[in-house]
This record gives sequence, structure tokens and C-alpha cells, in this order.
Amino acid sequence: MAGEKRNREEEEVKTDDGSPKIKPRPIVRLGIFLIAHSPVFSVVFSAAGILALLLLPLLAKNTYISENALMPGSARSMLSNRDVSAGSKLVKDIKNFRLSHEGQGVEVQKLIGEYMSEMGAEVYYQKFHPEGNQFHPLHFFSGPDSYTLLDNVSCASYGVNVAGIIRAPRGDGKESIVLASDLLKCGELNTADNFRRAGTVAAALVLKVDGRSERFEDTLSIYAEASNGQMPNLDLINVVNYLAVHRQGFYVRVEKVVSLLSSSWLKIIGEIFEAVGKLAHTLNPDWNFGIPAADYLEGSATLASSLYSQALGIPTGPHGAFRDYQVDAITLKVSPRFPPDSKTRQHDFFLRGARLLEGTIRSVNNLLEKFHQSFFLYLLTSPSKFISVGVYMIAFALLVAPLPMVAASLYIDGCKALTNSTLNPAGNFKSWKWLDAAKQVFALHLLGFIVTLLPYFICQIPGQHSPRNRSIMWGTTSSSLLFITFATIPGCSPFSSRLHGTNWAVVKSVTISAAFIGLCLMSIINFATAEIGALLLVPTCLMAQPIKPALRSRKIKSLLGAFCSMVLLTIGFPVMFFAISKELLGEGLVGLSLGGEFWTWLESLWAWKSATYLYIGMVHLPCWLLCLCILFHPS
Amino acid sequence: MASLVRSWIPLLVLQSFLFAIAFGSTQVEEFSEALLLKPLPDRKVLAHFHFENRAPPSNSHGRHHHLFPKAISQLVQKFRVKEMELSFTQGRWNHEHWGGFDPLSSMNAKPVGVELWAVFDVPQSQVDTSWKNLTHALSGLFCASINFLESSTSYAAPTWGFGTNSDKLRYGSLPREAVCTENLTPWLKLLPCRDKDGISALMNRPSVYRGFYHSQRLHLSTVESGQEGLGSGIVLEQSLTVVLQPDTTSIETNIQPSWSLSSLFGRKVVGRCVLANSSHVYLQLEGRLGQESKNVDTEIEAHKLWKNADFELSFKPDRVLRESSSFLFIFDIDNASDSEPFDLGLTWKVPSKWSCQQAPLHASRFLMGSGNERGAIAILLKATESQESSPVRELTDGRCTIKANVFQIFPWYIKVYYHTLQIFVDQQLKTDSEVLKKINVSPSTDKVSSGMLEIMLELPCEVKSAAISIEYDKGFLHIDEYPPDANQGFDIPSALISFPNHHASLDFQEELSKSPLISSFKEKSLVRSYTEVLLVPLTTPDFSMPYNVITITCTIFALYFGSLLNVLRRRIGEEERFLKSQG
Repeated sequence: MAGEKRNREEEEVKTDDGSPKIKPRPIVRLGIFLIAHSPVFSVVFSAAGILALLLLPLLAKNTYISENALMPGSARSMLSNRDVSAGSKLVKDIKNFRLSHEGQGVEVQKLIGEYMSEMGAEVYYQKFHPEGNQFHPLHFFSGPDSYTLLDNVSCASYGVNVAGIIRAPRGDGKESIVLASDLLKCGELNTADNFRRAGTVAAALVLKVDGRSERFEDTLSIYAEASNGQMPNLDLINVVNYLAVHRQGFYVRVEKVVSLLSSSWLKIIGEIFEAVGKLAHTLNPDWNFGIPAADYLEGSATLASSLYSQALGIPTGPHGAFRDYQVDAITLKVSPRFPPDSKTRQHDFFLRGARLLEGTIRSVNNLLEKFHQSFFLYLLTSPSKFISVGVYMIAFALLVAPLPMVAASLYIDGCKALTNSTLNPAGNFKSWKWLDAAKQVFALHLLGFIVTLLPYFICQIPGQHSPRNRSIMWGTTSSSLLFITFATIPGCSPFSSRLHGTNWAVVKSVTISAAFIGLCLMSIINFATAEIGALLLVPTCLMAQPIKPALRSRKIKSLLGAFCSMVLLTIGFPVMFFAISKELLGEGLVGLSLGGEFWTWLESLWAWKSATYLYIGMVHLPCWLLCLCILFHPS
Repeated sequence: MASLVRSWIPLLVLQSFLFAIAFGSTQVEEFSEALLLKPLPDRKVLAHFHFENRAPPSNSHGRHHHLFPKAISQLVQKFRVKEMELSFTQGRWNHEHWGGFDPLSSMNAKPVGVELWAVFDVPQSQVDTSWKNLTHALSGLFCASINFLESSTSYAAPTWGFGTNSDKLRYGSLPREAVCTENLTPWLKLLPCRDKDGISALMNRPSVYRGFYHSQRLHLSTVESGQEGLGSGIVLEQSLTVVLQPDTTSIETNIQPSWSLSSLFGRKVVGRCVLANSSHVYLQLEGRLGQESKNVDTEIEAHKLWKNADFELSFKPDRVLRESSSFLFIFDIDNASDSEPFDLGLTWKVPSKWSCQQAPLHASRFLMGSGNERGAIAILLKATESQESSPVRELTDGRCTIKANVFQIFPWYIKVYYHTLQIFVDQQLKTDSEVLKKINVSPSTDKVSSGMLEIMLELPCEVKSAAISIEYDKGFLHIDEYPPDANQGFDIPSALISFPNHHASLDFQEELSKSPLISSFKEKSLVRSYTEVLLVPLTTPDFSMPYNVITITCTIFALYFGSLLNVLRRRIGEEERFLKSQG
């Protein structure tokens, strides 16, 4: 009550000043202010968003083990040299076996199975069929197929996985280690089938041994990204990293974008940040946010890779199969530094690798319940540094913040222009102005939806087609559909006469709103996709304006704007962006194979039910088309 | 006169003593102790302690007992227990290596945790009450949470699947119960010598609990006297089965490890329990060893039995008994003393391998499906190697068949759909009429009673594998029903697989002694095996969620009602007019 009274008094004091008009409430005033100065703010916010993204390596925190029960490295190792010799013997046996029985992969499984049963494990052989990768639109986001018990499929080509279950010898049999090997390459997806039988799986480690390390030390690479940007519990990575670095002396690395390491602009930014950090440190010794430029470069290369792999939504290793069953899993790739013939070093390497695994398993076994502490939403900048969701979402928030402002400001402008130009009495319904524009936006989104579904029908076409042919088919049908849309729906086409055309400002306003909604929805499903999507889509949407007036005016500023929006639109075309990102990752492309590569890439997206595909088809593509429409708007 | 009386008293005492011996040999309380040692094929050693305490029928309640534990007799009298078995187990019985077709395994291979069953001698309506009271009494007696079996959601009334046919039988098990010394100490208190003397002095706690399997069992049954006016006698059988791994110092890996009592337990037998009628140590050697040298007539031959090229015992057995595939060496420990302790040892000289007799089918159980919503339980029966050589075969309509009973309790939160029961024989789906002989189902009621499934399968003898699968939905628990501590999931009690036509017994040919252990081996016991415990993860609520919900709803309420009241109460037009008038 007292507060209310004071408010009233304040109001009265203001009115006593002599201004008869009441000022609207501060939040409304702030809104109006933002909308009125939207061009400035959109530039500021976008720049701040990009800056926040660049700052992320600086803001990364050191990882820590948040689940106390894990206690990594506290158990005394039970592995002895004898065990390692037994392991070496197995390797030798497999090598000899391979030499003597070439091309009989299934037999090797039997050999491994024998070893497993000698160890006291229950051994199971699982037959599986390499599944064809069929795109099915309805299977997105649906769970794994229901299990089939003891299915007897009689097919000539099948693979065999061997799995061994070692139960805790003194326990009640509820705790066990499950070993599985699949030597056939197509088995990746099927590995997880075994584990449907296993009850709860606390954690899964997929082990790969690589030929040789590029570095001087033995290297352990951790791959953690699973489908749709899902990450395993950070504690799992922490435990592996802690044991590998502090106990077994491995050099631990996570994937990074190598081409960024040599980029000069990033180096300059790093140096600037370093200088600022040093300056801040001299001003106040408590400010310690500066990191060396080299670290910054490494961190941002790792971050870029982490962001890219999460955004893609395709697992970076076979561990991805576990994530569908809510199992925390990572792939470990160990690469020894020695030449393969050096025996003592091989023995030592074997021992350390095995101790790392033993330590991790015992750590996880210490857990009293499933992993639930620690982070699931994070980006890695190094194996021991992470950025949590609370920090990295700032960049995204800043990037998308100008969208509603600009949309509102454009809408107001567009409405004014419409009421001035048309004498149509129907135009007096001010609030219905956006309907025409919305129709156009909706039509193009519908088109995007159909284009997204098209591959399903293309896959149904009988006969073998190369990926390239399929993508050509897809491209031609999509573009013909686009022309049909332009031809049939009046007001949709950028080439139609001016009378039918809607005001481009309103169209842009609705486009921006749609992009905003799409990006926000996507940020819930896969944050990294939304982040990269926003980096592409936000500038494109904001810059889009008709080039005709710009060309006509011949002013440098408007010409530059038109040029920028053309460049952005070119980059924004999905196929184009795919090619650029491939180039960035150092995987060169031959121009002609682009179509085929793109198709296979899409197929991999379907295989893992990546929401990125849906985002590209249903948010990015329509918004890109709408921006194209605005660019060629006949105003 | 006084002197006359004085001279008569000893005579009277003597007379009454003689009278007791002459007329009531069954009237005397008897206690016997025994230890059976058995090397196992997988380099481990099984030690089975067996104590039997018999109380004769008596007609007085609360009478004084000499040897028999009073707590047990009061339990029997108060709750009118006809037969009861309580077992505390940790570890899994390895049916493949430790045997599945002998009386020892069929009686002592128990499910993990606590298992209790009891038959009552009360009217049908009072059975449940008696059971509940019994669980509480036992809970106090054995320092365990047996009282959790009181809840109707945790026990069941098996009809025929359990093997004991009685409508007054109740069965319950607690798979999660951790078993340790606090359960062993009260169990030892029931023995007249506790663990101070005799064979039980070997029970060194660290050695017992270091083992791969330990199961302490208490079985009591009442014996009707048959005489009118006389109560019933009680037979209390206590046994502790431990599987230990002898420490091996030799690098030779294929020779079975040699051991002695002191290396296994860290203690030696220094004498018998003086209150015991008999105390023996048995050593059973199985397999290949038993088949050679059939005639042991001469002294040299007998000597060869325990000291030969294969192995050597550190003591001369007092007697040697023969069974079809094994030898039993019997040792009396009467002569053991502090200066000359009984420390039986077995030294292997050459590598030897043998195998145990297997149950006709090996049972294992696993879960299928993933996610928090539903799943399926499968029980897999696999033919063992010994099945072909199994002598017990039954012909039904000219077909050779194996009968197998499956008894399974489902907690209510595992909502089983009994119609989804599928039976596969050799990976072929079979219709119910083909293999299902008998089925009894009692569905569970949410939070009231557990479900029970009893199946009798009739499988062809040449069966390789049989699988039973049944689907279930996972229920939601109330917040109070979750365990207070961190947990990995909920346990489904072991299923019991029994083979009603297969009975295990050891038939020692020239046995004359009345040793309770041997006579219990001679009795035919039903071949049964328990499957492993299953761990079912249920949806675990985020227990901090109420806090989040409260804060977020409060915020939303405050925002919603604040703005709503603002909209309803404020009259902007009037305010403006008022301000204008003021201006």
C-alpha cells in the first residue's frame, strides 16, 4: 500500500511539472526506443553476439569432478604384467589368424569369443544384418524400434558381433562389464542392440587403436558428440582425462578444426585479447581473464570443432549408438608413438592403456546411481576446459535479440507505407496488413516442408541411382516446385507486377519473425545448430533489401549493402555452406562431386535422425528463399 | 534316617538317569556338528558347516531346554510354525562349476539376500497374521530387515510351483538385503558352543566374508510325536555354505591349489564341541577320482585312497565311503586338542580336472527392452551337457520329457501382462498347449499385493534351449516408496526353477552311521536352481523438482495475478481525466 501511495505521489509530482501528457510505462518506453533505433541496436547486438562467441575460449572454466563418488584413481590397480602378456598374445593370435585365413572375418570373432570365455565371461554371438539407410520422415524423434525376440532371419549376408559379459565375481551378478567387438565396419549401428538386454548401462567406452601418433607422446583422442548434439556427462570425460593425464601420462586431445590454427585473423584477435587481459591485470591484479594467444587459438579451434560436430547432429564415433538408449558413452582413440614392432614399448603402452580402462571402469563402478551430477550441455575448448550452457547461450541470445526489434520496426514502417500508397478501403484494416505477407511466408515454408520430405519419395523410385543423380533429381523437382509456387500463388513471386506484390518491408518483417521463431525452437532441440544457424541467418535476414532501388540510387552505401546481402545469400545457400565448411575442415571437394557428396551427407543426417536436416529444410531454406524474394523485389 | 535318605538320593538320581536312557532315547535333546569340504573344479573350495539340533516332543510350554535354543522353540510355539527356512546369502552359486544336481547345491544354493518361507499350523484365516508376526520376530532375532516381508506387496502364497504343496505356505525374499557379520553373530548364538569351540570355531569372519559365496541357512521343522498329549518336537538345522579361493603360491596354473583348514580359515580345529553328540569333518572328492579302484578291501588299497600319486591328505581318514561318482572321507575330530590340532590339508600333485553333475537345464534370466516405460523379462533354459547322461527320464505318451517348474514373484511396480507370455523351444514359438502343462497366475494389485507366476513346462528331452518371455510396464512409485539412498534401480527377486521329476541324492553304499549330514544327503531332494536378481531402473523423479515447481509457479502466479489485477482495477481513462483536471 505504501509503495502504491508513493507511486501515485511520484506521478503527481511529474504532472505538477506542467506536462499534461502521461508518459507511458518505462518498459513500453524502452520498447519504443529500441524499435525506433533498431538499425543501430541490431548492429550493436549482432556485433556483441559475435564478440561473445569469440570471447568463449576466454570464459572456459577448468573441468572438475562433480560426482564425489567417482573417486578416480583411488583404487589400486589389479592389472599385472601377466595380464598384459595375455593381451599381447591375443593380438598376436588375431594377426596370425588374419594372415592365415584372409577374408574370413567371422572366424576372428570366434577366436575372440574363446578368449573371452577363458577369462570367465559369458560369451554371446549376435548375428546382424547391415541395415539399409532409408529416410523415413515419420521416424524423426521417434525412439528406437521395438525389440524383436530371437528373430530368425535367414539371409545370406550377415555380420557377427561377439559380446562377453563378465559379472562381478563376488557380487550378486547385477554388476558386470560387457565387452563387445565388432570387426565388421557396418556393425556400428548394431553394437547397441546387444545392450538392449543389459538392463542399465552406466557408461560405455568405445575403444579404437590407431596406427601411429603424430606427436611424440602416446595420444588419446576423446570423441564425445552423439546424435543431435547430445553430450555424455562431463564427469565421464573428466575421469578419463584425469586418469589419462595424471596417472598414465597420455597426451589427451579432442578434435579441432586444424585450418583455424593457422588463420591469421584469429591469431590477431587472440593477441588483442591477450593484450587486453594483460592491461586488465596491471589495472587490477585480481582480473585474470587473459590467456596467451596460442592457447586462445587452440581453444577456439577446438571450440569450433565442438560446435560444428554438435550442430551437425551426427555422432563423431560409434559411441553415438549408445546415446539413443540414454547411456553416457565416449569413443577413445589411442595412438601409440612407437613403431609397431618395438616390443617393450608396446608392452608398456598396452599396460598403460589397460590401466586407464581399468581405472575408468572402477571409477564408474563406484557410482551408486546413474550419472546425473555434472553437465550435459557444454562445449569443450580443451580436454580439461569447458563452457557451460549458461555462458554460451549469451552469444545466441545477443544474436537473435535484434530480430523481434527489427521485425516490429519494419512492420510499423511497412504499414505506414501501405496506408499512404493504397486507396483500397480494405487497406484500412490496419492490423490485417501482414496477412498477404504471411501468406507468402507460409507458402514458402510449406514448400520447404515438401522439399524436406522429397528425399523419401526419391528413395522410393525403383532402380539404383547414384547419389549425384538423386541430388540432381531432388534439385530439379524442388526448383520446379518453387516455380509452380511462384506461378500459382499471387503475391508470392518476386517477378509479379507491383500491384499484386506486397510491401517488401512487411514481408521482411514476417520473414524475420518466422526466422526468430524457428531459431528459438531449434535452440531447444540442438543449441549448436541454432547458434551456427543464427550466425548465417540473422545477418542475411537483417541485410536483405531490394537491390533495384540500390542500383538505381547508385549510392556507395546502398550498393555496398546490396553487395553484402548478395554475398551473404550466396554463402547461406545450404549446398554452398556445405562446400565452404568442408573446405574449412580441410576436406577438399571436386566441383562435380559436390551433388553426390551433399546427398551422402544428408543421408548421414537421416541415419542419426539429426534435427539439423529438419532445420535446414523447414527454417533455413524458406527464410533463405524469402530473403531472395526480397532481394529481387520489384519495388 | 537322615543317613538313609542321604544314601538314597544318589540312587534316585542314577535311577532317573537310567530311566531316561532306557525309555526316552528320543526324549533327549541332541546336537551334532559337521563340516563338509569339497574341492571345486574351478580351483575353489566349498566348505559346508552343518549343525543339527533336535528337541524332543514335550507337553509343556516354555520348558527348560538343555541345548536347544529357547528363542527358536518359543518362535515355533508362538506362531505355530510347522516348517520354516530362512537364508542369508551373498554372491551367486555357480551352477556350472559348483554343481547343480547334488543335494548340497539343491538345498544350499540360495538367492541373493534374504529368503524366507514358512508353513504354519494355524487356520487359513490366521496364516497372514502369523507370517507378519513371524517376520517381525525374526527381524529382531537376526538383526536384519526381514520385517519388510511383512508388507503384503513383498510376499506370496505359492501353490505348487515352490515344491512344497501347502495352502499355508508363505514365501518372500529381499534381494537387496546386505548380509554381514551382524547376521552371523545371532545365528551362531543359537549353537550351544557358539563359535568358541568345535567346528564352528573355524568361522573366522574375514575368511568367511572374503569368499565368493556364502549362505547361512536356518531350517526348522516340527516333528509330530504321534502321542496324544505330547507336543511336537523340533528339528533345527543350521548350515553355512562358503566357497573360498585358496591362496596359491605356486606359479603352476593347471594344478589345483593345495589347501588346509588353516590356510582357508586362518584357524584350526582344536577340539569338538563337548555338547555335540557327533562331530565330524567330511571331505568329498568328486568326478574322475571316484571312478577308479573299485575294490578297497585291503589296507594298502585303503591307504592308497588318501595318499596316492594324484593327491595326499594330511590326516588318515577314519572311514571312506563310496558313492557312484565320488568318495567321502570321514574324520572324527575327537582326538584333536590344543597341542595336536586338527588341520586337514589336501595337496595336489598332478593336474586334475573333473566336472560337476549338472541340473538338466541351466536357467538364466535377463531383461529386454530399453527406456523407462516398458520392458520384458526373459528366462532362458539351456540344456547342459549332463542332460544326455541324465538317468531320470520320464515318458509321457511315449515321448521323453523334462518337467520344469518356474516360480516367480513380481513386485507390483512391474506390471506384467500375462497374456504376453511367450514360450520358445529351440527358438520356435510354441503354443501354450504344446509345452505348458500347468499355469497359475495371481496378478498384482497396485501397492497392495505382488504378482505371482507359476508355470509347469513339459519340454522334450532333446531340447537345446527354451525361453520364456513376458512383457511388463513400469509403474510409478510414490515419493515415499523410493529408497532413501542413492540407488541404481529396483531388484526383482530371483525366479525359482525346479525339476519336479529330478531328485538329487547321494547314495553311500556301506553307510551305517546316523550322521545327520549324511542322512540328509541320502534323502531325495528336489533339484532346483535360482536365477539371478534383476535390476530394473524405474523413473526416478528429480527430488529437487518440488522446489523448482514451487518457485516457478509462485513467480508465474505473481506475474499473472499482478498484471490481471492491474488491468482490472486501474482505470486509465479516469486517471487521465483526473490528471487533466488537475493540470
